[in-house]
Amino acid sequence: MKLPEQVTRIAVVVALVATLALLVRFVLIPRAYFSTAVHQSATVRREVARPVNFAGASACQDCHAEEWEKKALGYHKGLACETCHGPAAGHAEDPMSVKPFAPRDRKFCPVCHAYDAARPTGFPQINTESHNPLKPCITCHNPHDPVPPETPKECAACHAQIARTVALSAHALLPCATCHTASKEHRIAPRSALPSKPQTREFCGQCHAGGTANPDAPKVELASHGGGYLCWQCHYPHLPEGRP
Amino acid sequence: MNKREFLKKGAIAFIPAAAVLQALMRQAEASVAGAAGATGSPTPGYEPRDHWYGMGIEVEKCIGCNRCAEACKAENDVPPEPFFFRTWVERYTVKQSGETEVECISVNPRGERKAQDEREVLRSFFVPKLCNHCAHAPCVQVCPVGATFTTADGVVLVDSTRCIGCRYCIQACPYGARFFNHRTNTADKCTFCYHRVVKGLLPACVEVCPTQARVFGDLRSKASRLVRFQRMNKINVLKPALNTEPKVYYAQLDGEVR
Ligand code: HEC
Ligand code: HEC
Ligand code: HEC
Ligand code: HEC
Ligand code: HEC
Ligand code: HEC
Ligand code: HEC
Ligand code: HEC
Repeated sequence: MKLPEQVTRIAVVVALVATLALLVRFVLIPRAYFSTAVHQSATVRREVARPVNFAGASACQDCHAEEWEKKALGYHKGLACETCHGPAAGHAEDPMSVKPFAPRDRKFCPVCHAYDAARPTGFPQINTESHNPLKPCITCHNPHDPVPPETPKECAACHAQIARTVALSAHALLPCATCHTASKEHRIAPRSALPSKPQTREFCGQCHAGGTANPDAPKVELASHGGGYLCWQCHYPHLPEGRP
Repeated sequence: MNKREFLKKGAIAFIPAAAVLQALMRQAEASVAGAAGATGSPTPGYEPRDHWYGMGIEVEKCIGCNRCAEACKAENDVPPEPFFFRTWVERYTVKQSGETEVECISVNPRGERKAQDEREVLRSFFVPKLCNHCAHAPCVQVCPVGATFTTADGVVLVDSTRCIGCRYCIQACPYGARFFNHRTNTADKCTFCYHRVVKGLLPACVEVCPTQARVFGDLRSKASRLVRFQRMNKINVLKPALNTEPKVYYAQLDGEVR
C-alpha cells in the first residue's frame, strides 16, 4: 500500500521541527541553563564573593597589642574585639580613614550584664537601677580588663561595708578623705582617735549649692532645700539618692 | 511571497542567525560558569568535598546578649527590621504550672521584657537557633525550581537568581529558619557565613559569642572543635523525629525546647 503523499509530507515537516527543537535544546542553548552543577557552582561563587565585614579574632592583635594583652588576661578574654567594637574589617584594612565604633555609653554593657533570670547562674550580673545609675560603666571598669575598681584599702580593711556601699554610689569617685579627716592613730587605736565627720549643711553645700564649681554635682537651693535639717537626716551620705 | 519562497528564505536566514545566537549564548555560559566552574572549587586551594560543616550549641553558656543575631545582620546585609533574621535567640520560661513560654529576644532585644513573678518560674534559659543545614533538608525537596540545594561541604544555599519567591521552602522548614527577603523578593536564610568559612574564618555569630556557646567546625576532621564538642557532650538535635538529620547539635538541651 502506498502512503498518501500528504502523510509523507507532514512526516517530513514533523521530523524537521523535531530536529530543530533538539538542535536548539542541545546545541544552541548552553549547558549552564540546564545543568544544576553549573548553576550551583555559580551560586557558590556568588556567595563566596560577598564582602567580609568582621575581620576575625586575630586581625587586631598586631596593631593593638596593648588592648589585646590586657584583654587576654582579664575576665573579657572570651570576647572578641568585634563583639564590642562591631564589624571592623574596613578599619583593619585602612585604620586611618575608617574608625570602628567604641561603645562608651551606659546602655551597652547591660546587654550582657543586666540581671536576667534566664542567664546562667554564676554569670556576673548587676541591677542596673542600683549599680551606680549615673555614670557610664567605663568610669569604674576598664572594658578591656573589667575588674571591679580598687577600693582604698586603708579604710576598707575595717569599714568594708561602707567602702562597698560608697564604691557603687553617686559618690563613688570621692575619696573618704573628702568628708573625713582621719589621723594615723585612728588606724592603730580607732576608738581613741576618731576621725572627723561633716557637721553642717554648708559642708555638702561646697559641691551642691547653686553657683559652686563642681559641674558633675547636681545643684540644690541650699537655703531652702530640706527645710534646715542636716542633709544626712534624709540622704545617706555613702549612698545618696536624689530621685524620689 | 509564496509559501515555498518563505520557507527557503527562512532556512537561509536561520543558519547565520543561529550562529550569532550560539556565539552569544556561549559567551553567557562562560560568564555563568566561569573558570573555576570546572573544578568546583570556590576559592583557590579549597576542596569542598573534604569538608562537612556543622555547628554545636552549648545551651547553658548562652547569656542571651543577642550579639550573634546582630553580628549576623551586619555581616550578611539582612534587612534591618527586627523581625528579619538568619539566626535568633529564644528565651524559654518553664512555669510551675508546667506551661512553657517562648519569646524571641531578637525581635525586641532591648525592649521591656514581660514581668515574671519569679516564684512561678521553674526554670528559664536561652536557646540560640539558626538554619540546621539538614542532611535531608525538606526545603531542598520542595523547591519547585531547584533554587535551593546542599553544597558538597554540607551547606544549604539559595540561588537567588533562580528563586521565584513562591515561599514553599519557608512553609516546609520545620525550624522556621527561612524568611522572605522583601528586598530581593526571594527566600533568605543562614549560609553558615559560607563566604567566611571557605576563607578559614568563623561564621560571624561564632566570632562574636562572648561565652563560646557556639562552636563551628568540620565533621570530616577528627581534630575539629565540633568533633571534640560532640565527644565531650551529650548531644541532641531539634525535632529528631522528622529525620531531617540536622547538623546543629545542642548540648544540655531541655526537653521543652521545640
Ligand atoms: C593596620 C593596623 C590596625 C589594625 C589591623 C587594627 N587597627 Fe584599630 N586602629 C589603628 C590605628 C592606627 C588607630 C588610631 C587612629 C587614631 O588614633 O586616629 C586605631 C584605632 C582604633 C580604635 C579607636 C577608635 C576611636 O574611636 O578612638 C578602635 C576601637 C580600634 N582601632 C579597634 C580595632 C579593632 C577592633 C581591630 C580588629 C578588627 C583593629 N582596630 C585593627 C590601627 C589598626
Ligand atoms: C567589652 C567590650 C570591649 C571589648 C571586648 C574590646 N573593647 Fe576596645 N573599647 C571598648 C570601649 C567601651 C572603649 C572606650 C574606652 C574609653 O573611651 O575609655 C574601647 C576603646 C578601645 C580603643 C581606643 C583606645 C582607648 O583606650 O580609648 C581601642 C584601640 C580598642 N578599644 C581596641 C580594642 C581591641 C584591639 C580589642 C580586642 C583585643 C578590644 N578593644 C576589645 C570596649 C571593648
Ligand atoms: C558580649 C557580652 C559582654 C559585654 C558586652 C560586656 N561583658 Fe563584661 N563580661 C562578659 C563575660 C562573658 C564575662 C566573664 C564572665 C565569667 O568569667 O564568667 C564578663 C566579665 C565582666 C566583669 C567581671 C565580673 C566578675 O566576675 O567580677 C566585669 C566587671 C565586666 N564584665 C564589666 C563589663 C563592662 C564594664 C562592660 C562594658 C564596657 C562589659 N562588661 C561588657 C561579657 C560581656
Ligand atoms: C561608680 C563605679 C561603678 C560604675 C559606674 C559601674 N560599676 Fe560595676 N562595679 C563597681 C564596683 C565597686 C563593683 C564591685 C562591687 C561588688 O563587688 O559588689 C562592681 C562590680 C561589677 C560587676 C561584677 C558583679 C559580680 O557579681 O561579680 C559587674 C558585672 C559590673 N560591675 C558591671 C557594671 C556595668 C555593666 C556597669 C554599667 C552599667 C557598671 N558596672 C558600672 C563599680 C562600678
Ligand atoms: C584598724 C581598723 C580601722 C581602720 C583602718 C580605719 N578605721 Fe575608722 N573606725 C574604726 C573603728 C573601730 C571605729 C569606731 C566604730 C564605732 O565606734 O562604732 C571607726 C570609726 C570611724 C568613723 C566614725 C567616727 C564617729 O565619730 O563615729 C569614721 C568617720 C571613720 N572611722 C573613718 C575612717 C576612715 C576615713 C578611714 C581610712 C583613712 C578609717 N576610718 C580607717 C576602725 C578603723
Ligand atoms: C560625701 C561625703 C562622705 C564621703 C565621701 C564618705 N563619708 Fe563617711 N560619713 C559622711 C557623713 C556626713 C557621715 C555622718 C553620718 C551621720 O552622722 O549620720 C559619715 C559617717 C561615717 C561613719 C560613721 C558610721 C556611719 O555609717 O554613720 C563611718 C565609719 C564612715 N563615715 C566611713 C567612711 C568611709 C570609710 C568612707 C570612704 C569609703 C566614707 N565614710 C566616705 C560623709 C561621707
Ligand atoms: C566633693 C564634692 C561633693 C561633696 C562634698 C558632696 N557631694 Fe554629693 N555629689 C557630688 C557629685 C559629683 C555628685 C553627682 C555624681 C554623678 O552625677 O554621678 C553628687 C551627687 C549627690 C546626690 C544625688 C544622687 C542622685 O542619685 O541623684 C545627692 C543626694 C548628694 N550628692 C548628696 C550629698 C550630701 C548629703 C553631701 C554631704 C554629706 C554631699 N552630697 C557632699 C559631689 C559632692
Ligand atoms: C527633708 C529631707 C531632705 C534634706 C534635709 C535634704 N534633702 Fe536633698 N533631697 C530630698 C529629696 C526628697 C530629694 C528628691 C526630690 C527633689 O529633687 O526635690 C532631694 C534631692 C537632692 C539632690 C538631687 C537633686 C537633683 O537635681 O538631682 C541633691 C544634690 C540634694 N538633695 C542635696 C542635699 C543637700 C546638699 C542637703 C543638705 C544641705 C540636702 N539635700 C538636704 C530631701 C532632703
